[in-house]
Amino acid sequence: MKKLIIVLTVLISTVTFAQNKNEKASLEVDGVCLMCKSRIEKACLNTKGVKSAIWDVKSHELKLIYDGRKTNLKTIQKSVVAVGHDTKGLEATDEAYATVHPCCQYRDDAVKDDHKD
Amino acid sequence: MNFIYIMTTKNLVFILFILPFISISQEHISGIIMEANEKNERISLAGANVYWLHTTIGTVTDLDGTFTLSYSKENTKLVISYVGYKTDTLTISKPKQVRHWLQPTDNLNSVTVTSRKQATAKSYLQATNTFTVSSDELLKAACCNLSESFETNPSIDVNFADAVTGTRQIKMLGLTSPYILIATENIPSIRGASQAFGLSFIPGTWVESIQITKGAGSAVNGYESIAGQINAELVKPSTDDKLFINLYAASSERVELNTHINTKVSDKWHTGLYLHGNTHQNVHDVNNDGFLDMPQYDQINIMNRWQYTNAEKGFVSFINLKFLNDEKQTGQIGFNPKTDKLTTNAWGSEIDTRRYEISAKLGYVNPEIPWQSVGVQSAFSSHKQASYFGLKQYDIMHNSLYSTIIYNSIISDSRHRIKTGVSYTYDHYDELVNTTDYERTETSVGAFFEYNYDNLDKLNVTAGVRVDHHNLLGTFVTPRIHARYTPWEKSALRASVGRGKRSANIFAENQSMFSTSRTINILNTTGTIYGLDPEIAWNYGVSYLQGFNLFGRKADVTVDFYKTDFKNQVVVDYENPQEVNFYNLNGSSFANSFQTEVNYNVFNQVDLRLAYKFYEVKTQYASGKLEKPLTPKHRLFANASYETHVRENATGHWKFDATFNWLGEQRFSSTATSPVAYQLPDKTPKLATLNVQITKVFSSKFEVYLGGENVTNVRQSNPILAADDPFGSNFDTTFVYGPIFGSMYYAGLRYRIK
Repeated sequence: MKKLIIVLTVLISTVTFAQNKNEKASLEVDGVCLMCKSRIEKACLNTKGVKSAIWDVKSHELKLIYDGRKTNLKTIQKSVVAVGHDTKGLEATDEAYATVHPCCQYRDDAVKDDHKD
Repeated sequence: MNFIYIMTTKNLVFILFILPFISISQEHISGIIMEANEKNERISLAGANVYWLHTTIGTVTDLDGTFTLSYSKENTKLVISYVGYKTDTLTISKPKQVRHWLQPTDNLNSVTVTSRKQATAKSYLQATNTFTVSSDELLKAACCNLSESFETNPSIDVNFADAVTGTRQIKMLGLTSPYILIATENIPSIRGASQAFGLSFIPGTWVESIQITKGAGSAVNGYESIAGQINAELVKPSTDDKLFINLYAASSERVELNTHINTKVSDKWHTGLYLHGNTHQNVHDVNNDGFLDMPQYDQINIMNRWQYTNAEKGFVSFINLKFLNDEKQTGQIGFNPKTDKLTTNAWGSEIDTRRYEISAKLGYVNPEIPWQSVGVQSAFSSHKQASYFGLKQYDIMHNSLYSTIIYNSIISDSRHRIKTGVSYTYDHYDELVNTTDYERTETSVGAFFEYNYDNLDKLNVTAGVRVDHHNLLGTFVTPRIHARYTPWEKSALRASVGRGKRSANIFAENQSMFSTSRTINILNTTGTIYGLDPEIAWNYGVSYLQGFNLFGRKADVTVDFYKTDFKNQVVVDYENPQEVNFYNLNGSSFANSFQTEVNYNVFNQVDLRLAYKFYEVKTQYASGKLEKPLTPKHRLFANASYETHVRENATGHWKFDATFNWLGEQRFSSTATSPVAYQLPDKTPKLATLNVQITKVFSSKFEVYLGGENVTNVRQSNPILAADDPFGSNFDTTFVYGPIFGSMYYAGLRYRIK
């Protein structure tokens, strides 16, 4: 019986851990192309605790799964901003923005139009 | 007063109403966000993001799609975004009422794609040297079955195995198909008893795409692959046409019919019935040697697939049932099986095959954690061939079971992926060779682990290893490593190393030796498989792919080099014209393959593919170190395709294809000890063949094609040695290097209802 309780406790605690171990979030990130996608996703995965980052070129949605014990959305958002991509609620500094490839300069309407197709 | 701005971009029409002066308050703007749809239905979007660009001032819309947001003069750009819709930015100069329609992103898919999809795609990203042949490429040749579908592909050579059975044999890196792992939907399918004729048992229309991996390949699919892996992905009930009919007829009077019927049974279940039949009963003897140039045959091939998809729960499953009956008859023209079977009245052969197959797959992807998935697959097949070749008899019964469980996940993050699992195979062979019985059971249990690292940029490495315990091959480790490095844009530098081990089914794989008067000898007795040892080889490869633009058009060039080094091989020795000897390799045996290929989009609708191949395949035979017979050292390949523009309202379009093959000299195995009349030169002549095909696409439902194989009518004039004396000691049908039948023309149609 004692063993059972221990097993159950362990199981329950892993389940609770499992919940914040794989925390999910979605973030709106500005960008225009597949190069942006690679840059955004790489920035996220280089952040400790991020397990999966998938950014959609068309919808601008960044789907994140991360270990809630190791990181949080704000930290990830900062990493994305640091490589020059504006996020909803937090935008990149001009210095960071200047580091993106010229064809990825999503703030420029002309560049945006180029990527419309 | 209302202002209407109509902004027209290439694909989208935004209608923007701005209603000034009705503003509720000086400090706020408000409005409503709706979905733009064709029917102009009023669907307001709740939860859409509305914010000022480069600020943190924002809000989300209410249930009825309305919002209110504070306004100040510094902010002029209002961003409206919603997942699944295109993000719009509006210029706001005055506080006002905003009504805006967001465009769903699905609608963006209707944009006309101007760049054409390539029929054969090479990956710039994967670690393995894999290319995918799509169904478009497969349609370039009216391939009736899988063995004919490689004719437009320079990485795979298609040869005739002998002069009587009409069987095509494929080679990769200079090695025959037993060294290639051929799978259908990742389940090894052409192996054991089906090695000789198996490729002709998969109808071309059943194939959705083919993935060809040069070199060692992944460890997940088994330890048997040495030269490479070929995986044929079959059509799926949920995506294939509701009805598909393909009729083919050739000037040789070969007729084929393919029918696919796919239905949706319920929300989650789809089923498809695929029927294939082919027949050829005409007698051809263009070279007047008294032998049929191609066999007379009938084949019935039926497949029933069930597909279960439950996207919500993350389950996908396939259940397949297959049945095949194939009957071939070949030999001398007057041969009558009823009276002449196994007699010296006339030389003849019959090969009857019957095969049953059942396979099931179940895949589960954790909907919460998309990187976690589990796949279970299991297949059982029963293959029975009853055959005789002149006075020689060969029967084989092969029952096979294959099961595997694969688990996919990541380590720490999605740059580190792992695949691990276990597999089990069971094979029972029962063979009758003339009067000798050979029976054996092979079982193996294995575990594999594959790690993939992708730095999302320049480097991608796959390292896999498997450990198998096999009752006859022992316990052994199979490592496979692949890496891709991108030094600069549009390039891929790849390297691979891997080990393969297999038991050679000497009779099933070399069935053409029965159509000779050679005696069959196995010179070793101590091994576990027919007295022979298992074959072991290492394969090393490097390749470089570079894409570029030449005069503004897409092009790519690939250079690759592979070396296969046999540690042990079952040497098939034809060097004595009266014998076929099988023995364990004593010395070195290797296959070097160098290939360079250029793909170029010459004009708008014209694609060109050119390839050159160099092979050096040498084995230490008892009589010395020799080049492998009937393997050309040099080979040239060219394929050109032209497709007219697809115009709306026009009556369809045209496709033209031409494939040219040039083969250098090939070595004949020695005939020095034969009587002078039956001696052959050392080398074959050079050979060039040309195939062409024209397709007229009338509509998405109907197309007709017309083609010619070997239009220049090249023929090997005397493919059978001692055709006048088939029961004498010099009869041999294996010295085949070129087409036996001259040019052949065919026509066919395809009709489909989506």
